[in-house]
Amino acid sequence: MSTLEIRDLQVAVEDKQILRGVNLTVKAGETHAIMGPNGSGKSTLAYAVAGHPKYTITGGQVLLDGVDLLELSVDERARAGLFLAMQYPVEVPGVSVSNFLRSAVTAVRGEAPKLREFAKDLKAGMDALSIDASFAQRNLNEGFSGGEKKRHEILQLELLKPKIAVLDETDSGLDVDALRVVSEGVNRFRASGETGVLLITHYTRILRYVKPDFVHVFAGGRIVEEGGPELADRLEAEGYEAYTKASA
Amino acid sequence: MGLNEKPLSTLHEKASYELADFAVPTGREEEWRFTPLSRLKGLHDGTAAASGGVNVTVEAAPEVTVETVGRDDERLGKAYVPADRISAQAYAAFEKATVVTVPREAVASTPTTITLTGAGDGVAYGHTLVKLEAMAEAVVVLDHRGSAVYADNVEFVVGDGATLKVVSLQDWADDAVHVSHHHAQLGKDATFRSFVVTLGGDLVRLSPSVSYTAPGGDADLTGLYFVDAGQHLEHRLLVDHSQPNCRSNVVYKGALQGDGAHAVWIGDVIIQVEAEGTDTYELNRNLLLTDGARADSVPNLEILTGEVAGAGHASASGRLDDEHIFYLQARGIPFDEARRLVIRGFFGQLIEKIEVEELRDRVMSKVEAELAG
Repeated sequence: MSTLEIRDLQVAVEDKQILRGVNLTVKAGETHAIMGPNGSGKSTLAYAVAGHPKYTITGGQVLLDGVDLLELSVDERARAGLFLAMQYPVEVPGVSVSNFLRSAVTAVRGEAPKLREFAKDLKAGMDALSIDASFAQRNLNEGFSGGEKKRHEILQLELLKPKIAVLDETDSGLDVDALRVVSEGVNRFRASGETGVLLITHYTRILRYVKPDFVHVFAGGRIVEEGGPELADRLEAEGYEAYTKASA
Repeated sequence: MGLNEKPLSTLHEKASYELADFAVPTGREEEWRFTPLSRLKGLHDGTAAASGGVNVTVEAAPEVTVETVGRDDERLGKAYVPADRISAQAYAAFEKATVVTVPREAVASTPTTITLTGAGDGVAYGHTLVKLEAMAEAVVVLDHRGSAVYADNVEFVVGDGATLKVVSLQDWADDAVHVSHHHAQLGKDATFRSFVVTLGGDLVRLSPSVSYTAPGGDADLTGLYFVDAGQHLEHRLLVDHSQPNCRSNVVYKGALQGDGAHAVWIGDVIIQVEAEGTDTYELNRNLLLTDGARADSVPNLEILTGEVAGAGHASASGRLDDEHIFYLQARGIPFDEARRLVIRGFFGQLIEKIEVEELRDRVMSKVEAELAG
């Protein structure tokens, strides 16, 4: 069973300190929600853990089953079992979705999937997320609507089967139907009980579909309060005002 | 455009068969300022006497006539008059010309491949004429290989309603120098498709141009180049819209890697007063893969009529996008493979436009080899 352990993580962007000591442990079978106001550093946490070059680690550790991810390259982290569903997936001209997915699955599994098996998995995955079959031939994220991009992120999640998934505002910009489809995908992913989910969100809406075990409130670059699902209900009623004032 | 600058429309007016009408370039002229003259091995100043050989072989479609003719053949030089010093030098010095003729209404069943192989480091001058009579259709490949110092002119005469698709592959050895003009003259409702691939050579300067003799002409000029350390690959395009209701589309893409890799792209499009209803677009993109590489990209669009259907240009040179690489790496794809995928994507849609399948595969594998090396 896998565990992601974030210990006293400190991160800066261009000499500006964003994360000021984050501690968090996500075990397989658990779903953690990180909630917080805009600019509190939630996305920085996601991208720093994944290894985006823009972020400088100034202290701390991120351990996946005891291995320090911060010592690994971006692709090594992914192959170690970390997945980041991005808030704004980038368009990559000339690279088809099917080519990209096959390359990613091959890299993560360490061997090329059998063509027929892969085609079957891909079709099943796309059907489950109501993604049109023509997507496989389109260029990666090019001309995708917001909802299509997010479905495509969850398709990758289901195909790559990571140990720990970090979902960065996967719910933002989705209408209710798309939110339901995407949430069902996340729930399929965690149904095995062998994977951990770290769900970053500004709104409580997605938590009605993807029930968290733990809720953490993020403000000023660190976790300022922790609790169970009931904490989300309180945030829904009261908003973040108390936290933004405290951290300001 | 500055007041003292010469309008584009007069750039091509300097045209002559006489070498003496062109001064030896000094490098300060607008048309020569990007080209390293010292590496031309004398092609520009009259010191490069023909000495070596470029061996020309033609594998022709059965419907096509191929001739090797002397310089007095009256069909030569009808469509194109040399527009710069080296072009005039080549015209003054070539001994034999290759003439490919596709008869009226003939449809060539296979590509016609003209292979030009440099035999060593000698100097050679050449001339090629590809003539499609009315309603004819053909695919012609110019395949440049080996080592040479070579200057030539190529005339494509596309008759009324004819369709000519050309692939010109500059796959020279590392030390080759090649300066070439490709001129296409389009008749009424003629279609011209040019695909230029420049990979090899120390210095390649290729100037494709298009003119129209009647309305309805349609030209697509596509190019791909991969510039390695120390290479100078220059493409200078000129589309002269002098007839109404013609179309042109120019798309050139290049990647550069290594110290001293230098790409030059000049895209001149003129829409003359008479050319109402013109539809034209030109695009150049450069991907700088390493430090020390340089791309100069200059699109020029001169519109002298108020009645165009569409006219635009775009030029962008930049590095590989870190966000693209990050996205692919975040899915487990190693850096080198992510880079290959993105570059392949950058070129991929272009390569698919190459008419001949074997060539498509050859160009793809060449690009792959460049990426691996």
